[in-house]
Order: sequence, then structure tokens, then C-alpha cells
Amino acid sequence: MTKITYWGMALFSFLSFSSSASAQDVARPTQLGLRDAATSQMERITWFHDHLLMYIITAIVIFVTALLAWVVIKYNAKANPTPSKTTHHVMLEIAWTIIPIIILIIIAVPSFKMLYYLDRVEEPDMTLKVTGYQWYWGYEYQDHEGINFLSYLIPEEEIDESKGQKRLLSTDNVVVLPIDTNIQILVTSADVLHAFTLPAFGFKKDAVPGRTNETWVRIEKPGTYYGQCSEICGINHAYMPIEVRAVTKEEFKEWLIKAKEEYALNTPQKTYELAYIQGAQ
Amino acid sequence: MSDHKPGFFTRWFMSTNHKDIGTLYIIFSITAALFGGWFSMMMRHELGDPGLQLAADGQQWNVWITAHGLIMVFFVVMPGLIGGFGNWFVPLMIGAPDMAFPRLNNISFWLIIPAFLLLVASALVGAGAGTGWTVYPPLSTKLGHPGMSVDLAIFSLHLAGASSILGAANFITTIFNMRAPGMTLHKMPLFVWAMLVTSFLLVLSLPVLGGAITMLLTDRNFGTSFFDPAGGGDPILYQHLFWFFGHPEVYIMILPAFGIVSHIISTFSKKPVFGYLGMAYAMVAIGFVGFIVWAHHMYTSGINVNTQAYFTAATLIIAVPTGVKIFSWIATMWGGSMTFPTPMLWALGFIFLFTVGGVTGVVLANAGMDTSLHDTYYVVAHFHYVLSLGAVFALFAGFYYWIGKMSGRQYPEFMGKVHFWMTFIAVNFIFFPQHFLGLAGMPRRIVDYPGPLVPEHLQGPFVNHIEKIKWMMDQEYGYQLWNYVSTMGAYLSGISVIVFLGIVFYTLFFGRKVEENYWNAIPETMTFEWTLSSPPPFHQFEIQPTVK
Repeated sequence: MTKITYWGMALFSFLSFSSSASAQDVARPTQLGLRDAATSQMERITWFHDHLLMYIITAIVIFVTALLAWVVIKYNAKANPTPSKTTHHVMLEIAWTIIPIIILIIIAVPSFKMLYYLDRVEEPDMTLKVTGYQWYWGYEYQDHEGINFLSYLIPEEEIDESKGQKRLLSTDNVVVLPIDTNIQILVTSADVLHAFTLPAFGFKKDAVPGRTNETWVRIEKPGTYYGQCSEICGINHAYMPIEVRAVTKEEFKEWLIKAKEEYALNTPQKTYELAYIQGAQ
Repeated sequence: MSDHKPGFFTRWFMSTNHKDIGTLYIIFSITAALFGGWFSMMMRHELGDPGLQLAADGQQWNVWITAHGLIMVFFVVMPGLIGGFGNWFVPLMIGAPDMAFPRLNNISFWLIIPAFLLLVASALVGAGAGTGWTVYPPLSTKLGHPGMSVDLAIFSLHLAGASSILGAANFITTIFNMRAPGMTLHKMPLFVWAMLVTSFLLVLSLPVLGGAITMLLTDRNFGTSFFDPAGGGDPILYQHLFWFFGHPEVYIMILPAFGIVSHIISTFSKKPVFGYLGMAYAMVAIGFVGFIVWAHHMYTSGINVNTQAYFTAATLIIAVPTGVKIFSWIATMWGGSMTFPTPMLWALGFIFLFTVGGVTGVVLANAGMDTSLHDTYYVVAHFHYVLSLGAVFALFAGFYYWIGKMSGRQYPEFMGKVHFWMTFIAVNFIFFPQHFLGLAGMPRRIVDYPGPLVPEHLQGPFVNHIEKIKWMMDQEYGYQLWNYVSTMGAYLSGISVIVFLGIVFYTLFFGRKVEENYWNAIPETMTFEWTLSSPPPFHQFEIQPTVK
């Protein structure tokens, strides 16, 4: 499976990069593996999955299947009419206890390293605060006063494919983030549980009312990235996507100036009120 | 031998006989499986194409997934493996005349009927309980579910929990006190070991669930705020309490399966189980470690990174005793003289599918990796491989292995094999592609997924499939292709259920009558049930058997 994944991924990434300069992050119908990594976080996850776990679990499944096939062929009643009486073999039992432990240690060491890397960044360059609502997301650029907005799904009827909009993924207000920047992401919720995630970024944090969860990303490729709410949150759980446009630092600065005008009327207070009113409808 | 049976009403409605209660449990489990299976057929049909097919909206979908999950866990797997096979075969295997507390046994069964009715009511009343089987607040509080559906679901779990606790207490007492002379714990059949460990897990974990859902009930109705941050409570507390029950629960469902598979493998290899003590204590170890890994269901909830590291380590450790079991089964067959009637096929299928589900469990155990896969279809694929294809395969294995013993009539062998192969192919079609969906990021529990709508002439199952597959593959984005494959597998599994019902009907009315030891189990692998007539007398063991 790993090989197929690789050929598939290689082929698709070739196709996507040849067609446009920036990455277009979507799940393709024939995709077998993880999304293309867009952050240093996801690169580690991808390495861990594709270059370590996949080899180990594929080998284990093949090994067990081969053993099953062997006993079925070799020790069926025709091939072996008299069953042996062996019911113990101490060395064998020790071996199949110790060897799995060694394999688990081989998995655990890079797993822990990755876990602590993914956890948080000491000194972030900027902070994005995300609030989950039933059923849309609120975003607040905490280092840039005045940039707050809500982001809704673009309904199916209004999807404009010529603009590259995607059914159940595209939103009205897109989150814009700079590349090569350590971005702290704070996630909370105003009502029930939600989960904020972008598969290409390699993070997922539950939005929990009364708590602020922290994670971080460092985006490496400009492009448009999509995610979906990943914790059941009621009737419209399938309809609150996340759309992020990653741009260069210069473009981000330009966007900030525009965004300050565009979202000038949205104070955080106002954003919450708006969210409340819309939630009540 | 006097074999006096009470009249129909007394026998089936006021039963104190472990075999009759076991039969009632099995009938109940099959009936509930038809309900739970119907929900899953609707779900797979819904996801067959992008867009809405059956569900009116997301809430209806959420109600289906909730009902499907709770029915399959509490009303199919548990009553089938524990109430059904446990009641039937624990007393038979230890040489006891009945369970220790026959009337307690009766009330255990009769509590589960109203529990099931309450659960069905929870799906039908008002907007229905659309919380997922985990019933996480705040979605499950008045904020997310103002009607009475969630209250009904909570009461349903109370009753099902009480039923299981009483049953577990009964098993523990029976196993500790009523074994035949000479049957020390270290000579006990592995299925009895499995039931003993399972019973302890039930007794220790279910009260925690009971507490959690009672707190939820008072939050909903009596103004407390255990889980409401506005009143100083914490939604994460509920998750800890739920999974302190929920993780042992998955072992509650799989340990009896381990026991059944051990006996079948041993019988049809004509060899005693390899490494018997290792097998028994592997189950004890799995049961113990099962209690200290619960937060691996909560890696993304915001728990401390050191806590995540601990739970990663603890969870990985479970792979060791599980590996011992897999390898011991293979070693049991090694050097054996194997035959392959239907129950053996199910047992072999179990080992293969459980291995696949096990290794994806090792992937998910890593908190960092789980950052990508949490709440995606990868998780759905994983737990259906271990439960839907593990526990349910063991249910079928047990059914084909013991139906002759329970009914006195044997199933039709050829059709049994047809049923096995249909199911085996179908379930792999359903669940293997879900790994791809999960890796690609498709979230769980969504009624509709990204992807362009299918053109009208290709919608639904009755179309030109070659054209449909081509169309799906050609799209730029979306999860439609693997969902379509999965749904096709689900239709096949639906047909296999009909085959199974036909087999049950044929067996009970036209099946060939069988002797005591119809599998020709050799003395080294034989448990006591094979020394009794098929079906066993109403009161068995008039002369107490002994173990040398």
C-alpha cells in the first residue's frame, strides 16, 4: 500500500504543481494516503506515518497473514493427519513478548519527539484566535487590532466553480496567514464542542467552551487549504468548513491593511454579539 | 433422567434457567442487530453519493449514528457475547448446574428490554438524541438538545448498565464458587477466564458511566453545572468519566470474543491451546491496562502534553499481550490437524481482521499521529475492524460452533460457508477504503462530504457503475470514490444478513439432529459441554463432573 501511496502522491503532486504556482490542497478522489504536507508539523507527521509506521504495520500484517497461510496449507487434516502434542515453548513465548516491545520502543521514541514538537511554540510571531460557534467559525487576529470576522460556508447553490470554490469547503471570509512564521493558534468555543483542524497543516484542537486550547503551525508553502469541523456539534456539523489562504509575508502585510478597512466595524465585542444573534436565529 | 420443563409462559417469561436466559439473550441480540444494522444501511446509503439522499438534515443523521452506536455496543455485542454465550456456556464449561443467582440472571435479561425500548424512544421522540454514542456535553445538555430525547437515552444506559452489573456479579460469583471439583483457576477453560475478566471490567467501569450520565441528567434537569463552564463545571471532566468506562468497554466487547476463538481454534486444530497460562494472563493484563489508557480518546481535547505522552506509552503497551494472543493462536494451529468448517473460518477471519484493526490501533496510539487522524474515518475503520469485524465475527463463530449444542440441530454447512465469504468480502469493502478517507482527512459523523454532486443519471445504486466510477475518479476533489466503494460493500453485507437469517430459520426447523460431541473434539481440547446431549437436558450434571 505504501508504494501505491507514493506513486499516487508523486503523480498527483506533479500534476498539481505543474498547473499552478501555489499549492492547491484538496483530498483527491483516488487518494490513498495523507494530504500533502504544507507545514513543518505535517512534514513530521507524514514522515512518521509513511516512513516508519506504514513499514512496520504492513510488515506485521504480511507476517501474520503468511503464518496463517502457512498453517492452513501445512497443517490441515490431509497434510498432517496426526496433530503434535506441543503446547509450550518458553523461548518462543519470551521472543514474542520481547520483540514487540522492541518494535514499540522504535515507534515510541520518534513519536514522543514529534508530540513535544507539535505541542506549542515558546515565542510565537503572531497569534490567531479561533472561536467555534454553532455552525461557523470566528477569527481574531490578536496582534492586529480591528481584524475580527466570522466565516461561513458558501451554500451549495452559490458555489462558483470558475473561482475555484469547492462544495462544502469554501467559506465567505477566508483566513489569511503568512508563510514562514510561527503562528500560535488559540482555540475556544462559544457553545458546544467543535474541533479546529486543517489536514495539510497537521493540527487538530478541540474547541471547548470555558477553555482556550493552544497549538501552533509554521506554514511553508503558499496556497489555499481546507479543513472541516471535526467534533460532532449538532445539525450543521458537516457545514462549518475552514478555509485558509497562506501568502508570503509581504502579501500578508498588504492584506492586513485591506482587512483593517474591511473588518473595521467588527470589534471583538461586536463580533461576539453578531455571532450570538446569528446563532439565535 | 427426568427432564421436566415448565409451561411456555413460566419457562420463557419467568425463566431462571441459564440456558433459556441465554437463548433469550441471543434472540434479543439478533433482533437488536437488525435495528442497528438497518441504521447502518441507511447511513451507508446516505454516504453513497455526495449530497443528501435519505436524511432530512444533519440532526436526523446524528440520531442515526447515535442509535447505531449505542444499539451495537449495548444491545448487540454485549447481550450476544456475555448474556448469550456467557450464560449458556459458563455454567456448562465449569460443570455447574446453573448460574449462582438464577433470579438475578432473569432480572438482568428483563432490564435490557425496557432499556432497548427507551433507546428506540430516544431516537423517535422530538428531534432525537443526536449526540454520538459518547453523549458529550455541552451538545447533550439543554443547550444542544432541549427536548427529552437525551434524557431517555440516559435512562436507557442506566438500565442497560444495571443489567450488565447484575449479570457481571452473577458471573463472578458463579465462576469463583461453582467450578467442578478439581477445576482450579489454572485449569479453567479460556472462555470462562475471558468472562471472569470481562465481569470484573463491567463491575468496575459501569458505575463510573452511571455516575457521569446521572451528573449529565441533573445538569439537564435540576440546575447543576458539573459539565457547564458557565457554572464552574468542565466538559472535559465528562470525557474523562465517560472514557474511564468507555475504554474498558471495548475490551468488555472483545475479551469474550478472544475466549470463543481460542476454543474454536483448539477444537479444529485437534490441539490444546498453546501457552494456556500466557493466554489467560494476557487477558488479565489487557483488562488491567485497559483501565489506564482512557485518555487516548481525548488527545485533541487539550490535555497536557505530558499526559498525552503517558497515555501514548500505556496504549502502545496493550499491543504486547494482544500480540501474545495472536501468536499463541497461530502456535495452537502449528503442528495441528486442521479442518475448516464454518466456525473455524470465522475464527481465522477474526485473527486476520483483528490483526489489521490492531495495527491501525498502534498508529492511533501515538498522540502526535492522532493529531492528524483523530475524529476521521481512519478511526471509524480502526474500531470497526476490531469490533464490527472482530467481536461480530466471534459472535458468528460462536453461533456456528454452538448452534448444534444449543438447538440440537446443525446448520447447513455449505450455506454457512457462503455466509462467511459474503460477509468477509463485504466488510473489507466497507471498511478498508475508510482508512484512505481518514488519511485524506474526512471527518467522522458528517451527513455530507466535500465533493461535486453526482450528475442525475449517475445517482444512487441502480446506474451504470463503470461510468459512475470513472466520473468519480475524474473529479478534482472530494471523498466520493471511496465512500461509494464502502457503500457497495454495505449493500453486499445487507444481503449476507438475509442469508444468515435464512440459515437460522433452516437450522431451527430442518437442521440435521446432532449427537453430544458433533465436532469430534478430542479429549485434550474437550470442555464439559461436549459431554452433554445436544441440546443439554433442562437440568444438567445430575452427577457432578470432576477434573483430574
